[in-house]
Amino acid sequence: MSTGASGLNAAVVEIKGVVKRYGATPVVRGIGFSCREGEMIGLAGHNGAGKSTLFKMMLGIIAADGGDILLFGEPVRGRRFREVRRAIGYLPEHVALYDNLSGLETLHFFTRLKSADPSRCKSLLERVGLGEAMHRAVREYSKGMRQRLGFAQALIGEPRLLLLDEPTNGLDPEAIHGFYDVLQQLRNDGTTIILSSHLLAEIQSRVDRLVIMASGKLVAEGTVTALATASGLPARLAVTPKEGACDHVRGALLAAGFVPQEADGGAVHAVVQAHHRMTLLRVLASLADDLLEYTITEPTLEDVFLSHQRGTTWVERAA
Amino acid sequence: MSRSAMSCWQWRLVVAIAAKEWRDRLRNRWVLAVAVVFGAFALLIAYFGGAQSGVVGLRSAAATVASLTSLAIYLVPLIALLLGFDAVVGERERGVLDLLLSQPITRAELLIGKYLGLAAALSMATLVGFGAALIPLAPSMDGASLVIYLRFVGSALMLGLAFLSLAVLVSTVARDRTRATGAAIALWFGFVLVFDLSLLGVLVASAGSHASTWAPYALLLNPADVFRVINVFGADALRSSFGLGTLMAQGWNAPATLYSVLLAWIAAPLGVALWRFR
Repeated sequence: MSTGASGLNAAVVEIKGVVKRYGATPVVRGIGFSCREGEMIGLAGHNGAGKSTLFKMMLGIIAADGGDILLFGEPVRGRRFREVRRAIGYLPEHVALYDNLSGLETLHFFTRLKSADPSRCKSLLERVGLGEAMHRAVREYSKGMRQRLGFAQALIGEPRLLLLDEPTNGLDPEAIHGFYDVLQQLRNDGTTIILSSHLLAEIQSRVDRLVIMASGKLVAEGTVTALATASGLPARLAVTPKEGACDHVRGALLAAGFVPQEADGGAVHAVVQAHHRMTLLRVLASLADDLLEYTITEPTLEDVFLSHQRGTTWVERAA
Repeated sequence: MSRSAMSCWQWRLVVAIAAKEWRDRLRNRWVLAVAVVFGAFALLIAYFGGAQSGVVGLRSAAATVASLTSLAIYLVPLIALLLGFDAVVGERERGVLDLLLSQPITRAELLIGKYLGLAAALSMATLVGFGAALIPLAPSMDGASLVIYLRFVGSALMLGLAFLSLAVLVSTVARDRTRATGAAIALWFGFVLVFDLSLLGVLVASAGSHASTWAPYALLLNPADVFRVINVFGADALRSSFGLGTLMAQGWNAPATLYSVLLAWIAAPLGVALWRFR
């Protein structure tokens, strides 16, 4: 399998102008992006945006109607793609496994299909927290346990590319934390990871880059910070003046170009555009003796996402 | 399938899929249940098959096989269709198919693996069921009778594999399990009941004119009729008892021809299923 000329940081995934239609309905419309070795990419989009379809095209489960998908430099069809598939781990959105098999038997079955080392199955199950349940039938597993078993299945054969479709569905907070710990270790080892999630706050601090899809199109791509900057989303200031200082604080903010708004409990809110942040710091410094507290809330990944989905800003929605 | 495509096949993956299907049917006691049904019916028919004529006890192998053939024509296709109708569509509906197809296995390997696993389970049930019935029957059989019985078991096996092939085709084409179930039931009615009745109706309506030219060919279009011809035509004394079977023209009931037709009924639907599944 080709790893690219440059080895480390070679493009593991290259997607160019990919199109998919179901009948006359376009599902994916000219998507294109690439991932390098060791990157973790978040794929965000509303239900039906085409994320799962894109994953299935990347795996060669369904054929694209146009464009190119290259994984490790190989097209996702033909004889050589079989070898590429050995290097891919996939966790589908709806994890369906065989109820009559135990967790360990499930991994043994998929290990045979991947021609991987069966002696690693037990350690994989222990790694995802199913060590004690490995001999129980999958029909006795909770949703979260099935999800973890699905994740262990995706890790068979030490994949160099992980495609995870809504991977934390049904996991409790502790399991989610453990899940991302494993992903972090894998990324440190050079595994490329593409994961889709509706829980944007969860992936915000974990992904290197974000690809936002809407109605089958790529509407934004970049780091969370770059996307926030590019989308021009403002931060939001909330200050609580000391007793009797409210008018002075409001006046100072107004004089600096901010529009103060009253809020509950005597607090004052204001929208802070990106290019006014230094001005804000100077104003806050001058008001140090007049304030009990202040908070500046940066736009979250969810705000960035929704601004792309709806064309509105989070401040507008908050208002 | 071309030679080059075959050479790229990874048979260990086919075996892995087949082994799982086989193990599942062993584990859920499907093989045992069907074997018991086959064995019990074979023994009941062997001992009580002549009760209508006032005779109870073991009859000749030819008479027993003739009675068993009538039973097997209903039972074996039904069991094979039930076994295979959700092989693919069931996996698709449960959501496992995408996960399987994301593995380093081709669609053809997956489908053939599933077919072989199910075929192994059906074959085991057929051989054990009808084979077990041979144990009490064997002492009263001579060599010729044994051959007749073994021919029945072998052809019943092929009949089952032919309908399993049809079931896998249905499973590949159907959009969901409900449609697959309907199609499997329709196939059973079509081949086991409607086909013969329709043929008989046409013959009666046309007063049998030209029947000797096309009717034998028409029988070859139904694997159940081919199975009937294989097992009933060997016993000349019973020919007159089996309506349509007596239409078989001389030469067309040559064993090689009939077994070849059954083999074609196994291979053709599976071939179409492979083509559709790709």
